[in-house]
Amino acid sequence: MRKVVTGNMAAAIGAKLCKPDVISAYPITPQTTIVEYIADFVADGSLKTQYVKVESEHSAMAACISASNLGVRTFTATSSHGLLLMHEMLGWASGARLPVVMVNVNRAIGPPWSVWVDHLDAIMQRDTGWIHIFAENNQEVLDSMIMMYKICEDHDVLLPGMIHEDAFYLSHTSEPVDIPDQSKVDEFLPKYKALVKMDLDNPLGFGSLVMPDNYMEFRYKIALAMDNVREKIIEVDADFKRLFGRSYGGMLDLYRCEDAEYVLLGAGTTASTVREVVDELREQGKKVGLARLRVFRPFPYEEIRKLARSVKAIGVFERAFAFGYMGPFMAEIGGALYNTDIRIPIKDYIIGLGGRDVRTKHIHAIFNDLEKIANSGKLDKELKWFGLNDGNRPEEEM
Amino acid sequence: MKTYQEITITPINNVDSRAVKTGAWRTWRPVLIPEKCIHCYKCWKVCPDVAISVESPEEKSLPVWDYDYCKGCGLCAFECPKDAIEMQREVDQ
Amino acid sequence: MIEIRFHGRGGQGAQVACKVLADASFREGKEVQAFPFFGVERRGAPVTAYTKIDDRPIRVKSQIYEPDHVVVLDESLLKSVDVANGLKDGGFIVINTVKDPQDFRQRYPNARIATVDATGVAMSHGLGSKISPIVNTSILGALAKASGIVTIDSIQAAIREVTPRNKEENARASLDAYNNTRTWEDTNDPSGGN
Repeated sequence: MRKVVTGNMAAAIGAKLCKPDVISAYPITPQTTIVEYIADFVADGSLKTQYVKVESEHSAMAACISASNLGVRTFTATSSHGLLLMHEMLGWASGARLPVVMVNVNRAIGPPWSVWVDHLDAIMQRDTGWIHIFAENNQEVLDSMIMMYKICEDHDVLLPGMIHEDAFYLSHTSEPVDIPDQSKVDEFLPKYKALVKMDLDNPLGFGSLVMPDNYMEFRYKIALAMDNVREKIIEVDADFKRLFGRSYGGMLDLYRCEDAEYVLLGAGTTASTVREVVDELREQGKKVGLARLRVFRPFPYEEIRKLARSVKAIGVFERAFAFGYMGPFMAEIGGALYNTDIRIPIKDYIIGLGGRDVRTKHIHAIFNDLEKIANSGKLDKELKWFGLNDGNRPEEEM
Repeated sequence: MKTYQEITITPINNVDSRAVKTGAWRTWRPVLIPEKCIHCYKCWKVCPDVAISVESPEEKSLPVWDYDYCKGCGLCAFECPKDAIEMQREVDQ
Repeated sequence: MIEIRFHGRGGQGAQVACKVLADASFREGKEVQAFPFFGVERRGAPVTAYTKIDDRPIRVKSQIYEPDHVVVLDESLLKSVDVANGLKDGGFIVINTVKDPQDFRQRYPNARIATVDATGVAMSHGLGSKISPIVNTSILGALAKASGIVTIDSIQAAIREVTPRNKEENARASLDAYNNTRTWEDTNDPSGGN
């Protein structure tokens, strides 16, 4: 059934459909309504779960970890500073190999205080051993939750995963979302079966000390599991399409890239706006495309290499900046291409930080800039803070 | 040393902690001087390793040390109000 | 694509209004997108909300800069906010006021004006308090009447789905406002509708 709902409602409905046994969360703008909607579902009896109220995000994740250790499905949601407060526990969830699933509403880090979208909160969790998926619209928020449980709970994976939705552009934006039938979700996502769990009848010690002669081996197993995620994401995406009729392109979502000469690559709702501009430029005969970085961890380096072999230039758009270097996606893409024979210009466009509106005219300006680079093969500069007010900002960047 | 293929996915321990006899770490051994003991059982309370037991406080039984687990920290001797516990050097017997 | 921009004050229900309009259009087979712009969300502070309506899925995720119509939930906003900014020629400005459309003709020469006493309508249906009437559902009736972009039936159905409480009162208020909306055309002003 299609209904007009916000991204946060889509997340709450996703939680209801996936039937987590334990939910623990702490409210923070702009995630708050997820917590409220779930509370409503619990109150009206439509969601049977243990809803654990806590005093902080750190505790919310600790509650999910404990419950997951007992072998049940868990869910939480947070945003920005809440995610940062969870950080310590995130590493525990992955190290203990617990398939906790979370929705993070991407919001800027303060100060300056801001409640608007920015991806730095997600980027800061890059190395925690979690799977990261960035949603482009509300439908993908809901669908990714169903898929994420399937991926995370697979015994070849057993890792936690987070789904990122842009603050306000998804969290508080209403758009039509197809809400799958519970019976279909149940068919797609059977009850979670833990490989090992805490059991009072068979006591075991969890998370114990490991001497230096074994620590690397445990970390290597996480690395292997993360590698398994790649094919699992592609497989689950295909399965999902069979049952629900929707697909998200697996690791890297390519749009009109087959014969593209220059493409933009990036994540989140900006990709949705880029899609529109790609169509407009295609009408004008320009060979442009979009590569949407749907999965950030595990990083789709092979897909990016393949794409880079077929285009003349790549522009990276990102709603985050890694201080002291460049945009985080740009750094990763550079790394993916270095040990290859691919030498195409790549330019990094930092755009829309702290919720600054990204308009179609901005994307047009970026594509124009990229066209020059693609045609000349020359990069004027590696990094651009697009739309930065430096006293002589051109009209197209306003 | 186990290979990565042999280990569990995360450290999971099925060994009871009682199997680890921490008494082997001891260099000083607490020894009770029974005639000084007033049966206050402060030593029993403070022992961080639960290595002191009292069979029957009602019958004023003396505290007994489990030297399999006593690490010789000396907390019992330090806290004893009557200096009824003496820390003696462990020797090779 | 039809784009509607709402101007209101925190607490008047602009956020719900943009969603009700989206839901109503969705019922008529349209693709929609609705979102509030979150500024300093305090009661009384000026707020903006947006609804986009189209025949195909809406992919552009940005604010509205050139609205087809503008809805003003509080007449006093006209003093401080340039509500006509970017409004397409011939687009409606739907204003909650006791005044006539002609009274705004000089101020907004390129727009069509529709007026309705949404505050009076809301209060007569017991919506909100005197200090803080909930005018969002009433003014949607006026938008439906003036612009014709959506039917009053769909607005009422959407109100019953989306509004958190007083669903029937809100639905009736929207119809009441619909029937009491005045536009240039209604006043037979020969220079109207330019």
